[in-house]
Amino acid sequence: MTLSLNSFLLISGLLFAIGFFGVLLRRNALVIFMSLELMLNASILALVAFSRFNGTMDGNLFVFFIITVAAAEIAVGLAIIVSLFRKRQSVMVEQLSSLKN
Amino acid sequence: MVVSRNPVNGAMFMIVSFVGMAALLVLLEAFFLAILQVLVYAGAIMVLFLFIIMLLDMDEVEKLRPKTVTALASAASLALIIVGIVVLLGTDGISGQALASLSAVPDYPSAENPMELALRTKSYGLGLFTKYMLPFQMTGLLLLIAMIGVIVLSKKRQGTDGSAAS
Repeated sequence: MTLSLNSFLLISGLLFAIGFFGVLLRRNALVIFMSLELMLNASILALVAFSRFNGTMDGNLFVFFIITVAAAEIAVGLAIIVSLFRKRQSVMVEQLSSLKN
Repeated sequence: MVVSRNPVNGAMFMIVSFVGMAALLVLLEAFFLAILQVLVYAGAIMVLFLFIIMLLDMDEVEKLRPKTVTALASAASLALIIVGIVVLLGTDGISGQALASLSAVPDYPSAENPMELALRTKSYGLGLFTKYMLPFQMTGLLLLIAMIGVIVLSKKRQGTDGSAAS
């Protein structure tokens, strides 16, 4: 173990920041979902790093649940996007404003 | 990946970053999770994404630039998060003393606790089926719910009357 916990946390935070930036900046719903995945991955990295340096197994086990929840979320989200695209012929989030007003 | 206009390019960069994440997990000696990362994320989820991108065939590839206000706000939030991280970690980082107090949590005595960090895959199964049994079953239920939801969502609607639609 040569790398310190801080470097892992730094990478994790940077990944989270990039994902957050993508969620805010992009207008394509698919790319927004990919950025959400990036944020989940950052949290996975932080969990595993804490678990490794803490000496317990719980963080590693929690990653399983994160991966499962992410997979379920992606499946449902992509189905919603596909059905939206069928109805609207677009996945740009600014054109999906029928709930406005 | 977040600034490339074409979503396919973004997905490719995403795969690269997932493989890099798997390498970081190997550095953390979580080999099983690294393999799982490659299989589930780079294998399944990104293939699903690429498939949907191909299926939707978006001709309007986000040609126009994002609005200035949006770009400014996103850049400002990115800078804020990075500054926060640097302030949190940069000075002396999470100190070793705080970490020691973390591992001194009395819930986990490492002598008789079967859940101390073991690098074998066996300990994952042991933890999943003893301490985290209920969350494990809840995860199975969640997957079932997601599956039913996706089937309902992607079912072709028969007719326009409300009775037949989903």
